[in-house]
Amino acid sequence: MSTSTTRTVWPIPGGIYPLDHKQQSLGTAIRQVPLPSQLVIALRQPSHAPAVLCVNVGDHVSKGQCLAQGSDATGLSIHASTSGTVLSITEHAVPNESGLPELCVILQPDGENHWTKLPALADFRNYDAARLISRIAQAGICGLGGGAMPSATKLRATLLNKVHTLVINACECEPFITCDDALMQASADDIVTGIQILLHISAANRCVFAIEDNKPAALNAMRAALTDSGIELVVVPSIYPSGAEKLLIYSLTGSEIATGTLAVEQGFLCFNVSTAHAIARAVVHGEVLVSRITTITGSALVNPGNYCVLLGTPINELLKHAAVDQTKVSSLIHGGSLTGIALTSNNVPVLATSACVIASTAAEIPAAEPEQNCIRCGFCTEVCPVLLLPQQLYWASKSEQLQQATTLNLHDCIECGACSYVCPSHIPLVQYFRATKADIRIAEEKLLMANQSRARFEFHQARKAAEKIQEEQRRATRATLAHQQLEQTATPSLAQAAIAAAMARVKAKKALQDFAAAVDAASNNLTTADSQADNTAAYLPNPDQQDDSR
Amino acid sequence: MNAIQLHSSPHAHQGVAISHLMQQVLLACVPGLTALVFFFGWGTVLNVVWLVLLALVLEAMVLRLRKRAVALHLGDYSAIVTAVLLALALPPTVPWWLSLFGITIAIVVAKHLFGGLGNNPFNPAMTAYAFLLLLYPDLMTRWLLPLGVAESVPTLADSFAFFIDVEPEFGFDAFTGATALDSFRNQTSAQLVSEFWQQNPLMSAWSARGWEWVNAGFLMGGVYLLYKRIISWHIPASVLSTLALLAVLFYDGGSSASHGSPLLHLFAGGSMLAAFFIATDPVTAATSKRGQLIYGALIGLLIFVMRSWSAYPDGVAFAVLLGNSAVPLIDFYTKPRTFGHQK
Repeated sequence: MSTSTTRTVWPIPGGIYPLDHKQQSLGTAIRQVPLPSQLVIALRQPSHAPAVLCVNVGDHVSKGQCLAQGSDATGLSIHASTSGTVLSITEHAVPNESGLPELCVILQPDGENHWTKLPALADFRNYDAARLISRIAQAGICGLGGGAMPSATKLRATLLNKVHTLVINACECEPFITCDDALMQASADDIVTGIQILLHISAANRCVFAIEDNKPAALNAMRAALTDSGIELVVVPSIYPSGAEKLLIYSLTGSEIATGTLAVEQGFLCFNVSTAHAIARAVVHGEVLVSRITTITGSALVNPGNYCVLLGTPINELLKHAAVDQTKVSSLIHGGSLTGIALTSNNVPVLATSACVIASTAAEIPAAEPEQNCIRCGFCTEVCPVLLLPQQLYWASKSEQLQQATTLNLHDCIECGACSYVCPSHIPLVQYFRATKADIRIAEEKLLMANQSRARFEFHQARKAAEKIQEEQRRATRATLAHQQLEQTATPSLAQAAIAAAMARVKAKKALQDFAAAVDAASNNLTTADSQADNTAAYLPNPDQQDDSR
Repeated sequence: MNAIQLHSSPHAHQGVAISHLMQQVLLACVPGLTALVFFFGWGTVLNVVWLVLLALVLEAMVLRLRKRAVALHLGDYSAIVTAVLLALALPPTVPWWLSLFGITIAIVVAKHLFGGLGNNPFNPAMTAYAFLLLLYPDLMTRWLLPLGVAESVPTLADSFAFFIDVEPEFGFDAFTGATALDSFRNQTSAQLVSEFWQQNPLMSAWSARGWEWVNAGFLMGGVYLLYKRIISWHIPASVLSTLALLAVLFYDGGSSASHGSPLLHLFAGGSMLAAFFIATDPVTAATSKRGQLIYGALIGLLIFVMRSWSAYPDGVAFAVLLGNSAVPLIDFYTKPRTFGHQK
């Protein structure tokens, strides 16, 4: 089978054509960043389950040694990027939206760079899928395109779902980022090996390698490497966001991945090109994930370019190495200019997802203009790649109508930023949508908690009632027995009878009081639960309610 | 390091602002305005200048009252566009106080009482026009005879006399007369269309004298807006094709009961201004492409219905306002299917 580039490409809905700013980082080959004086290795896990540490403060570790493991099957193993001493295990600022510190291992390199590799599985075709997946898990490979999903988790899903198409995503559609471009030019053969490993594991019938038409050098390198590999090379037009997984699958096959489902459930397995490369290194060379290619770019740098960096290298070291002119930096962005995170500090480490760091001047990334009123021009609707109505979502978000936002399919928003990019009123639409998604999540959690409390309370009530009935039955039985005994024994004296009667009266009165108290307590509980439930309901306003806030 | 900008993604913008869109609309008005001046004299220019001035003052005052950033919102040019569109729609003979009243309705009532730019359900210029038409039907239908019918257009002095509401040298009636659409609907029923056409000097070879060029001017401006992607083709195409289609259906070969040829309907009155400049006002139009086709068709239909069977010779303002009122309904029923969802 030969490679072909003449396949039909389904145009994605919407999309934008931003200035790509890619040339400035493509001038040189990939360069190495020297060993920094300290590494900050983030222990971030894909799920909420915290990482389980494998080392203690003061331990000497070799390069590639496991520092922490995931606490469950979906966890991610984290490794030492170089050999050295664990200085501390503490919370440190990392590139994230919240700005909250995360648990990190601070490593002091010893300069030896002594690497303990895993045994190489060079002839990977001799191993079954489970063995290779466990190697990929062991090597801590995760989605390097930005998804950060552990590759092993993704591949395990292929054991349950039959995969027919493997898609390799080399679109790299976001402005400024060129790390995949540089990697393809430098390591096309490793990439092909990685793809073959993925094909071997997933047993997919066919593989499509998708690349945007703005990377001619990478395209040539891949075309040469893919010759006679059976892997189909497809050139897709440069349009943002063509590289979003579900949109890419649509471009290549015309199939839409249904909302709320994973691509793998419809038989598609999608991997980023640099992840495929990392998988090849892990399987064939036994190298765990300790470094990546990061694009360090922006007009505030003298030496922008692609650098091979150890995970955990502080970003200020990178900028220093790229000869940053601090007086020119007006914004510092982790990621591309359309989905990246603006950093508050340059004292944050490189993560596995750090494809790009932009140190931009004010001319390159101007300050945001003041927000004006929405004039309903509909430009946002025209560019939305998932066919949402951003302008209607904006009204719903602004007036906190969570139900309405849900009805308008807010959850299908991929936060690509195309709507904000074209908005002539400079409305930060994506920012509104993120906030509303968070509000919906909080409201849902509150509702869940209220429902759980209610269920618990109702169960408690039912149990109490059942116990009461049982108790009464027992009492009735006892009374009958006592009565029978009384009749069998000699006739009691009048005095005894009077005492027994008095005792019975007291008992009855006591029982009545207990019952009243129990009823009071129960009704109090019920009121509390109801008011909680009402509060939750208030978070989800009635969709029919008119918005009178504007 | 300098103070670093903190901003939620995306950190890039296309660079097109509201002010840019509005400036393009103003630029696109130039050919139509030129034709109006050529055929009807300077009255429209006086209106434009006067209304823009008033609009800016009123907008600034209301923004101040509403405690909004005055410079930011004045700089969006939206008040100027409203003023210019109203000026283009008004007859060139209206006195200053009438346009003052009109622009006050447009800016204060139709725009800001509903929450300012973006929140007004009705097009401000057309709301003002409709108010004025109902309150001052005489002044609002006092059109000039186009050049070619009249021997000359009013001089600047004559236009100014109209503007300050004093009688020009040769009297009001020397210049004014019914428009082509007006006289067409008032034609004596015994005449065939062809007879009327030949006898009435207001009619040209293919449409209405003077008006055909005014409409051609607005068509040109509209094509410019399409080319610049300021507007999309959906609304204008839908308005004009519906209007033309109805004109064809009711033309009935030009009998005495005919409502006029398609070319007359497309190139007389406010057809092109409405199709490219008024109905495309994004604030008050439908948002989805499918919705815009329905919205445009509704306006085209209403224009034809009002021209043919109402008391008004041209129904653009009412057609647009009724179209505006249908927008929430149209938007509700034309929501697109989200990617990955079944319809």
